[in-house]
Amino acid sequence: MKPLENSRLYVNGVALWSQRLPGWESARRILAGLEAAPGDAAPRPAPQLLPPNERRRAPDTVAVALEAALAACRLAEVSPASLPSVFTSRYGDLAITDYMCATLASTPTQVSPTRFHNSVHNAAAGYWTIAAECTRPYTALSAGEHSFGAGLLEACIQALSGTEDVLLVAYDMDSRGPLAAVAPSRHLLAAALIVSPRRGARALAQFDLKTVTDAKAGLSVARADNAALVAGNGIEDCLPFLEALALGGTRHITCRAGPALALEFALQSF
Amino acid sequence: MQPLCISAFTASCGAGSGRAPLLEALRNGRTGLRRNDFGREPLATWVGRVPGVEDAPLPGEFDTWDCRNNRLAWLGLARDGFLEAVAAARERYGRERVALVLGTSTACIGATEEAYARLTPAGEFPADLRARRVHAPHATAEFLQRALDLGNVAVTVATACSSSAKAFAQGARLLQLGIADAVIVGGVDSLCGSVLFGFNSLALVSADPCRPFDAERSGINIGEAAAFALLERDGAGPRLCGYGESSDAHHMSTPHPSGRGARAAIHEALARGGIGAGDVDYINLHGTASLKNDEIEAQTIAGLFPASTHASSTKGWTGHTLGAAGALEAVLTLLALESGFMPGNLNSRRLDAACGPQVRLASSQGRVRRALSNSFGFGGSNCVLLFAAAGAT
Repeated sequence: MKPLENSRLYVNGVALWSQRLPGWESARRILAGLEAAPGDAAPRPAPQLLPPNERRRAPDTVAVALEAALAACRLAEVSPASLPSVFTSRYGDLAITDYMCATLASTPTQVSPTRFHNSVHNAAAGYWTIAAECTRPYTALSAGEHSFGAGLLEACIQALSGTEDVLLVAYDMDSRGPLAAVAPSRHLLAAALIVSPRRGARALAQFDLKTVTDAKAGLSVARADNAALVAGNGIEDCLPFLEALALGGTRHITCRAGPALALEFALQSF
Repeated sequence: MQPLCISAFTASCGAGSGRAPLLEALRNGRTGLRRNDFGREPLATWVGRVPGVEDAPLPGEFDTWDCRNNRLAWLGLARDGFLEAVAAARERYGRERVALVLGTSTACIGATEEAYARLTPAGEFPADLRARRVHAPHATAEFLQRALDLGNVAVTVATACSSSAKAFAQGARLLQLGIADAVIVGGVDSLCGSVLFGFNSLALVSADPCRPFDAERSGINIGEAAAFALLERDGAGPRLCGYGESSDAHHMSTPHPSGRGARAAIHEALARGGIGAGDVDYINLHGTASLKNDEIEAQTIAGLFPASTHASSTKGWTGHTLGAAGALEAVLTLLALESGFMPGNLNSRRLDAACGPQVRLASSQGRVRRALSNSFGFGGSNCVLLFAAAGAT
């Protein structure tokens, strides 16, 4: 595959929220093996960007995605309103899909209008731009089991196509109801990264993006105890990247972005 | 931006399957809308339903992906030599250089709805539907990636009604950066309970054939469509010359009252194409026939374009095909560039007072060298595409 000409990117911000990795500060220590993960699952976050009455009502995926997105912006010291964004999720909000399908099967004319507009795959992205008063473009992607890598690739492409920071938010939740048998996903998880062609004030790492179509590429895996914390989630593929940031140094990352496509780079922490 | 070549394109929707039948329906003012006959308890509305989807199963080797949405995708791909164009691109560049960016709002959710309607006494999916790989947002793109044997990016864009317009923008970036040498961009959405009853719950569905930009319009009709284009850096064919993307940052299901997001996306598309508003001959409007969208879009167009620009919504022919609308209307825009035929607003009788001289009731024939296609969606996601006729750039 032809190399990209200017493929240098910086990781200007990061965030992670899952029930046993609630926030980047503690997640960083846990993933680096400096601290044990909490035994109990943390309650779902109440995203500060939403008005108080909406924090409780927000669907799980919206709550966790907005929590991670805002935390990444704060770490990077950038305004949430200034960033184009890429949201990615393998399944979207599985609780709302379960609700919609169950209601359609029993009382279709009773579908809740709010649940319906929350059922769109771009609900988290839409709420984010509304709450952040961000008029920059967003997108909402899905790529099956490769949803994290496909989202990371698109965020990198947008960053390399322009001159500015791009926010990546990857999220998935636990499946509910009969759907769980065909869309098995566990945990509530969101990861956010800010990737940029410019080194930010709080940059954590740099890498030179490369895409490879050689299916022989060995994929990066997280340490077993770390992987277990998010195993079975639709975007669990994010963990090797986040673990590499937590460990520091230079780490080789190979991440699937599709069935025949991978991203490959050395992630050099500062 | 460096204009990109559209080396093949096709669309299938209620108004016709393939370019020639579609253009004929446009010219003859023949709507693809019909009384809703979809589902067990059809809502009283009209729909743009593609005939024969039920009777066109996937080839046996793709049984695992069988569902209405994927059947529609497969039916759509078989028109206008599109499959042959994909095969030629794969041959020319290699499978690992051909990407797929597919827009959809609900993918194969109809199959998941069906499973819930047929749960076993134990509350589980019936065996046939449990065995299918269709219960996720990426299911149609995954099917197409396998069926077309593509080895590059294969991704689903799901930003509601702007999905498949944004697929063109994302596809363009893949070419510009050299990630791929050819990109199949498109949109597929099919009729399902979620969207019919969902839009009904928001009181946005009309009981009558939709009348875009009519003063007495009463809401949208849902439609289904599969539409595709093959983008390459060079070659013969019309051009993608610009795209603009923005967010309203206003409300999940209502557009910003001043149309700021729409305006920003239009400005960006024109700027990328290096042209002014006066250079635009035709605009395929989003024009859903909802009260708010049409009022705000009409005001936005009136404030930006000269009277000479012909603007219309084609949803009176097709219904609102949601995540497929961007790609379907891109194809209808390309047909206008190719034929010089600019559709009016079918079914509409008296234009809303918000409309400027750009919005036309009647179709007309003229020279169409540059044209825009607007797509504005739920969650305030806007995308505008700029196309030029072959030889006009």
